[in-house]
Amino acid sequence: MKNENLYKYILGIADNSLILGQRLGELCGHGPNLETDIALTNINLDLIGQARSYYQYAAKLYGDNKQEDDIAFLRLEREYRNLLLVEQPNTHFGYVMARQFLFDIYHYLLMENLQHSKDETLVAIAKKGIKEVSYHKRFSSDWIKRLGDGTEESHAKVQEAINNLWRFTDEMFYLTEADKAVVDAGIGVDVSNLKETYYKKVSEVLTEATLQIPENKYFTKGGKEGLHTEHMGYILADLQYMQKTFPNMTW
Amino acid sequence: MTILLAPNIDRSLVPILETVSDPEIPVLTVLDLGVVREAVKRNGKVYIKLTPTYSGCPAMDVIGDDLKAAFANHGLKAEVELILTPAWSTDWMSEAGKRKMEAYGIAAPLEETADKAVLLGNAKLVKCTNCGSKNTRLVSQFGSTACKALFQCDDCQEPFDYFKCLK
Repeated sequence: MKNENLYKYILGIADNSLILGQRLGELCGHGPNLETDIALTNINLDLIGQARSYYQYAAKLYGDNKQEDDIAFLRLEREYRNLLLVEQPNTHFGYVMARQFLFDIYHYLLMENLQHSKDETLVAIAKKGIKEVSYHKRFSSDWIKRLGDGTEESHAKVQEAINNLWRFTDEMFYLTEADKAVVDAGIGVDVSNLKETYYKKVSEVLTEATLQIPENKYFTKGGKEGLHTEHMGYILADLQYMQKTFPNMTW
Repeated sequence: MTILLAPNIDRSLVPILETVSDPEIPVLTVLDLGVVREAVKRNGKVYIKLTPTYSGCPAMDVIGDDLKAAFANHGLKAEVELILTPAWSTDWMSEAGKRKMEAYGIAAPLEETADKAVLLGNAKLVKCTNCGSKNTRLVSQFGSTACKALFQCDDCQEPFDYFKCLK
């Protein structure tokens, strides 16, 4: 492959959309009410759509007649480069919204900056995606405020979710060796620069939601290097089931 | 990648393009929607550039297949390419399309500021497609497809879809 670093870089972005999309897809028909159920699957659809655009591009870079589905479905766990945050399992709705909110703020900043990449395909995907992501961000931020500033129970539950997921946020700003090379080439986004803005934006919403900003300084990472939490294997078992059962099947 | 500001559509292909509609909103043709950004004939073959409304819009694959089938019916081979830039905007929908959509029961997109006011605030600007009242409210920011939000009329109680403004 001519541009292995760029290939890896693209997967680092695409896999977040795929895995979070898969998590939201699990909730289809299980949302707390019809409107939120539809909202979660709508967001899922946007994310899977974005992932497809990235995988199509990655497949082209890979050459060798590689297809988007091969990349989405036929990799080993260690080859997926998504953040640990997005693979965390669905528990209650407040937790799902906390995970979504922590990701959406980051996703928006990433798309905003990716629009200035030197790579025109990535610019096109980012320009399309940012319109969708800004809508996701609005939805999850609204829910954080509503639940945080809601009943005693919703407040406690969403606070606990934020506290629990906080340890996965620092990984967003970590650069792998491949990422660094792509940033140096003027194509990738130097995510380490987004950290300050990210925590500022997150804190603004949490404050408005009457929630505490966690003081936890212990962070865990590994997803971007392919080292995942124990939940990842279960997601892949589900995601890859059809391709493993009926190799090369198409819809 | 070429940036297309105005669709480059060969006039002779319009009658065939007009026969293909959005599978989700069948009253709208692909031209009404503004998703066909280029359609040209070269060496007896038709080349079409299609842009999605939303990244994950499942209608795109169907529209691509329908376009190929429509041209095949006229003995023409069509090649469809999906392009992402410039990103689709509701501004590209035709006025006739917006009217047809309203008659079909989907409120057409408002301009950007008004759209924000109804989706983020509680402004009453979307007209009920059933009774015409503006005494309507947002039920859900997300609707039956990626491009719509769900509204309800507080006068006639009818629930209806609103096509979101996208810029």
